[in-house]
This record gives sequence, structure tokens and C-alpha cells, in this order.
Amino acid sequence: MIALDNVSLAAGVFTLSGVSLEVPAGGYVALMGKTGSGKTTLLEAICGLRKLTSGAVRLSGEDVTQLKPAQRGLGYVPQDRALFQSMTVWEHLAFALRIRGWDKNAVATRVSELAQLLGLEPLLARKPPGLSGGEAQRVALGRALSFRPRILLLDEPLSALDQETRGDMQDLLRSLRQQAPLTTLHVTHDLDEARRVADKVLVLREGKVQELNGTL
Amino acid sequence: MDNRRVLSDVPFWACLALLGAIYLVLIVAMLWAQASFTTPGHLWSALSSPEIRYSVQLSLLSCSLTTILSLWVAVPLGYLLARWDDGNIRRTLDKLATPIDRLSARWYLRPLRVCSALVRLLNPKTWIDALLDIPIMLPPLVIGLALLILMQTPLGRWFENNVMGVTFTVPSIILAQFMVACAFAVRTMRVAFEQIPPREEAVALTLGCSRAQAFWMVVLPEARRGILTAATLAWARSLGEFGPILVFSGATRMRTEVLPTTVYLELSIGNIEAAVAVSLLMVFAAVTVLIVLRHYGSDSSFGKALAR
Repeated sequence: MIALDNVSLAAGVFTLSGVSLEVPAGGYVALMGKTGSGKTTLLEAICGLRKLTSGAVRLSGEDVTQLKPAQRGLGYVPQDRALFQSMTVWEHLAFALRIRGWDKNAVATRVSELAQLLGLEPLLARKPPGLSGGEAQRVALGRALSFRPRILLLDEPLSALDQETRGDMQDLLRSLRQQAPLTTLHVTHDLDEARRVADKVLVLREGKVQELNGTL
Repeated sequence: MDNRRVLSDVPFWACLALLGAIYLVLIVAMLWAQASFTTPGHLWSALSSPEIRYSVQLSLLSCSLTTILSLWVAVPLGYLLARWDDGNIRRTLDKLATPIDRLSARWYLRPLRVCSALVRLLNPKTWIDALLDIPIMLPPLVIGLALLILMQTPLGRWFENNVMGVTFTVPSIILAQFMVACAFAVRTMRVAFEQIPPREEAVALTLGCSRAQAFWMVVLPEARRGILTAATLAWARSLGEFGPILVFSGATRMRTEVLPTTVYLELSIGNIEAAVAVSLLMVFAAVTVLIVLRHYGSDSSFGKALAR
């Protein structure tokens, strides 16, 4: 479960105040809104990358407002993917596991499992400059899922992809929930995409979150 | 269709090429003149002189030490400058100040608020930036003189008496080289870190890293080429350092004589052959370091071969 209770925050001159939102456990919610409406800022606040001025963030019922990003146990796929330029795909998938001190065999098993799930097997030795948009996106997704987080935050994960790759990725995102219990918040500005992948579509408009009924 | 007559592009490119070529020709002519002036015999006799051999060794040693010291300072300082934001510091200070403010309303009992106001007023980042330009902009001789005077202050004298002698000894050479080389290394590292998106560190934090882990595992490996460039620059600057060393370390043979000092000393006694031979050695050293580090730092096949 992801919940924002009356959250206020400031990022430079940009401010949001009194935002509340809830994604039920195991749910898949799409959050829409215009460019500059604060969707990315909200995701960063859930990750713990941005301090709140007031309000609380709760994950799986626990108040995590004061916890560091590393303690929140969530998978985050940022808009620009932010792949680590000096690492191979294999190292991306193993990164969070090595940080957690998994033993070598467990890391290798998990990495090959992820590579199979995401179709990354032929690419494991490549570095980011040698990946296409869709491949890079799957690596970013694999990196976020590697340590089996309960919560997944996606920031416009499909915006840079062509039509066909986008369709494949949407199928993949939907299938993820059958593999493991996962609560997902998916930020997008594409209504079709939102309807296709999510159980519920929310809209962030003028600092308020509303459920979308009908069209935008 | 537009019937206007469009001028040929040839004169434009020709002018650019001509102006650029003047400089390139001068560089090559300069190196050629120097190389043709000397003979293997001159080089050999210069290298067989114990004074010159000492100065070669001292130059290589001091430049390498200076490079290592510069990197130790340039990596952390460059990272801080690349990620520092006055606004964030102000907000942090204000946040810490809030509980204290409830205790007292008098301004002089609100040191954090005063600090925050000072940050807003003074923009410390701009000042630190300007401060770092000083070693680059100052005439080198002035740096030597300033170091000499610094060692005459009570603090400097205490250091010389109780820790180690600096003025007119080998450590003074390293300090003089470090003052200039480090400024260049810091600039280079700052640019290198600024090119790495902060979001990569943000993702590393969500994956379970502390700030320090994100720095060591994500940022530093990506800054590898920047570090090599900074090292090359620092090494080359130190090799050519002359003015500050002359003033601060003196030009004593077999003691504080580095390669530029040798050129100066040999010229002053009219031994032009030795001076030219030694300058050629410096040209070789500089070019070798440049080529090796450039290729080592790039992903070229030569670099990969070296890395193996």
C-alpha cells in the first residue's frame, strides 16, 4: 500500500500542498497530469529523495516519512532511466543485491531469473551506450525489481518508446503482478496507456488528486 | 526559385584554415628547431651529468607526488562544488533553526538564522569559485613569494621548527607545484562530476546505498576519465612549474634543482646545448604522459590493450 497523507512540499519555486493519495496493496494505479503538475516531484517524495514540509508518507501501513530512501524498500524507475553508465546490464541487475550482501550464487540465480523475465539474456555484457530505448527501459525496470520490492514507482516508463515496443512493455508491466505481490504507482500522460495497464486512474490537477471518471 | 547569387563557401573555410594553420605551423616549427639543434651526443652528455640526473629524478618524483596530492583534494572538492546548492544549505539551516527560534526571539540568539541570511546575502559558492581561480590567474612568481612570506609568519615558523623544514628544501617544491596544479585538477573534476546526472545517485539511494556507497560505486567509476584528465593536467603543470620554485625553493644543484631550474642554470652559464637537451627531455616526458593517459582514458583499442 502507498499512501500520501496531506503532503506538502517545495521544490525551488514549485510547491504542492495538501496532496493525499492512496494505492491499495497489490493495486496498480496510474497517475496522470500535465507537464509541470508535480507528478515526478510526488514520486521523489515517496522515494524519500525530497523532504516534505508537512504531511506523511506511508508504505504498507508504516509511516516512512523520516526514513532514508535506502530504508524504504521500493523500486524506482525514473523518467530518464538513469542507468549507471559504467556498468554492464548484469551489474545493473546485481547492484541492489550486492549492496544487500547476497552471496554470489544467489545473486547469479536472481540475475538470470530477471534476465529471462525481461528478455535481457543476450544483453548481459553490454553497457548502456549499446542499448536501444526499449532495452534500456527493461534494464531500468529489472534493476528496480531485482531485490523484490513490494512497491514499484514508474515515472513515464514508456514515453520514449515506439508503438510496438510500448505495447510489449505494457503487457510486461501487467504480467509482473502475477509473478509477485506488487503495488504499483505509474506516472504517465497518456490516457490510453493508463487505462490499459492500471486498475484505477488518478489525475493530479492544480495540486489536488482526483479519480478520473470518463475522459480528461 | 531564388535567383540571388550565393557566395562560395571556399573563401570562408580557407580563411579559417589559414588563421588556424599559422599557430599549428609555429608549434611544429618550434619543436623541430629545438630537436634539430641538439644531437644524440648532447643528450647523452647531459644525461651523464649527475646534477642533471638528480634533477630528472627529482622532477619525476615531485610531479608524481603533486599529482597524487592534487587528486586527493580535487576529487572531494570537485564533487562538493558540483553538487553544492546554496539554496539547499539555506533551507537546511532554516529547518534546524526553527526549534531554536521558539526559545528566543532575539536575533543574536539565532545563530543559524544569521548563517542562513549570510548565505542568502553572500552566495558563498560564487566566492569559493572565485577563490579557486586565484592560483590560476595569479602570476606564478607571486605565488612563490606569497608562500615564502607565509613560511615567515608565526604559524609558518612554528611548522618549520616543529614539523618539517619547508623553505629551500624538497617539500617546498611539492608545495609550490601543488598550489597551482591542484586548482586545475579541481576545475577538471568539477566539470567531470557535473556531467554525471544526480539522478543516478538518487536511484542508487533507492536501491539501498548510503551516500558514500553511491559515490564510490556509481559516481567515481563514471568519473574515471575525468580523474585521468585531472591527473594529466596536474602532472604537466607541475613539470613546467618554475617561477614559484625559483623563489620558494631556490636553485641549489643536487638539492632543489628540477628540470626547469636546470634549463635556467645551464642557460645562465652559457651552456645552451645542455639547456636544449634538457628541454627536449621535458618535451618527451610531457608528450609521453599525454599520449599514455589520453589513450588509457579513452575506450580506444590501444587504451584497452594498455588496461589489460
